[in-house]
Amino acid sequence: MRLRLSTLPHIRSGETTTTLMLNVLIALVPCVIAGIYNFGWNAAMLMAVCMGTAILSEYLFQLIARRPVRVGDLSALVTGLILALNLPSSAPWWMAVVGSAFAIVIVKELFGGIGSNFMNPALTARAVLLASWPVMMTAYVSPTYWQQGVDAVSSATPLGGLSASYLDLFLGRIPGSIGEVSKVMILVGLVYLIISRTITWHIPVCMVGSAFLFSWIFGADPVAAILSGGLLFGAVFMATDYTTCPMTFKGQVMYAAGCGLIVAVIRAFGSYPEGVTYAILLMNIVTPLIDKYVRHRVYGHGKGEKHNG
Amino acid sequence: MADNNRSIGSVFLDGVITENPTFRLVLGICPTIATTTSAINGLGMGAAATFVLIGSNAVISLLRNFIPDKVRIPAFVVVICTFVTMVQLLMQAFVPSLYDALGMFIPLIVVNCIILARAEAFASKNGVLPSIVDGLGMGVGFTGAITLMGCVRELISSGSIFGLNVLSAGYQPMLLIGMAAGGFMVFGLSLGAFNLIVNRVEKKKGGVKA
Repeated sequence: MRLRLSTLPHIRSGETTTTLMLNVLIALVPCVIAGIYNFGWNAAMLMAVCMGTAILSEYLFQLIARRPVRVGDLSALVTGLILALNLPSSAPWWMAVVGSAFAIVIVKELFGGIGSNFMNPALTARAVLLASWPVMMTAYVSPTYWQQGVDAVSSATPLGGLSASYLDLFLGRIPGSIGEVSKVMILVGLVYLIISRTITWHIPVCMVGSAFLFSWIFGADPVAAILSGGLLFGAVFMATDYTTCPMTFKGQVMYAAGCGLIVAVIRAFGSYPEGVTYAILLMNIVTPLIDKYVRHRVYGHGKGEKHNG
Repeated sequence: MADNNRSIGSVFLDGVITENPTFRLVLGICPTIATTTSAINGLGMGAAATFVLIGSNAVISLLRNFIPDKVRIPAFVVVICTFVTMVQLLMQAFVPSLYDALGMFIPLIVVNCIILARAEAFASKNGVLPSIVDGLGMGVGFTGAITLMGCVRELISSGSIFGLNVLSAGYQPMLLIGMAAGGFMVFGLSLGAFNLIVNRVEKKKGGVKA
């Protein structure tokens, strides 16, 4: 019971938000390093642009809307960095600017700021970019291009038909978005997040497990299914967003299982090769419903904070 | 609303600003989202709706003492249908490209709630001249709102306004804004901006208006 109290996500004071966000940033460091190592300096540029735009647009919006300026809580930095890690490394800088500004201003601040958004800002921005510039958002380059002495090699992703061994998938020697390819580094981040009690194991494990199970049922290779695409990155860093996932463990298990199911369904039957973004966004929308019907046995202190955000 | 002493000018301005059908009454959202993909579509839709509004308001106002209360809605719809059919045939004859672009949404003007709302709330209770002015004001307000939204969406989703390229050739159009989701976003943002401005202006006037 003590564990539950310390990890329930909706307690928000300035200090805890900042430390939690700092923990997420630390957990993202391995992915950042792997991203820059794999994709070169354009990846670093995109991360810098995304984080800079996120901070700047949050600051400006709070100034103009005369809200208390809370840029210091680092949440905008996390949103910007996660968005950058969701872009292909060949993305132009202005796409990073549009995406970050959209995530912060429209998805987060217009709905009331931190804790009040109903969808994950970085993921929504990614969906917007994907719908707006579909060609550029899927122009993935092969990660080792800088070692081959050429500028860039654009290539299909494993989900788009490229064949790759489990080891390649695991180590990130595949084309894809900046942060998602190296599964080792994501797992390092996951271990840090769990040890630092920033998140619990429920959502990542259930989401990956459910995707494994349903991919297997739908006739895909389940191991390749969980090692390819953005599934692991989404399960660890985006499905676990405090604001947009259910409050109770039972609710989180349902939410994560739903995410995994939708991923498998989109991959098997949808017209897109990858569905992690839409799976998590759809379950984000269902979250209030889950929270309404799945309640904690000792539901003492969460109710008020949920609405105040 | 049934106040007959209001000046014609205030009836008109109500339709354009204080009771703007799109941004203040939030009526007729279906054609608003669907036809604002480009400025010319918005303008065409607005003009067609304005024509129907003026015509149906005038006729319903003339007939207001003859229509029994219990069957007023079917009676209004018959009048509105008449004008929509006229507009549809006229557009098909004279602006076929616009007719093709708007497609199904021209016959759907029949169920545009702005028109039924004005018939019910204004024309059935007021004289002919105020009703015509109300139809004109509402029509101008609707046309202005959706043309504005059409301009914004066309500019962002294809870099042009009324078909003229205004942005440099290097501009990468943001396709989402041309889709339905982008329509809702632009609608929400312009609705917010419109109300912000109008509320500010009214507050400055001292809030006498009510």
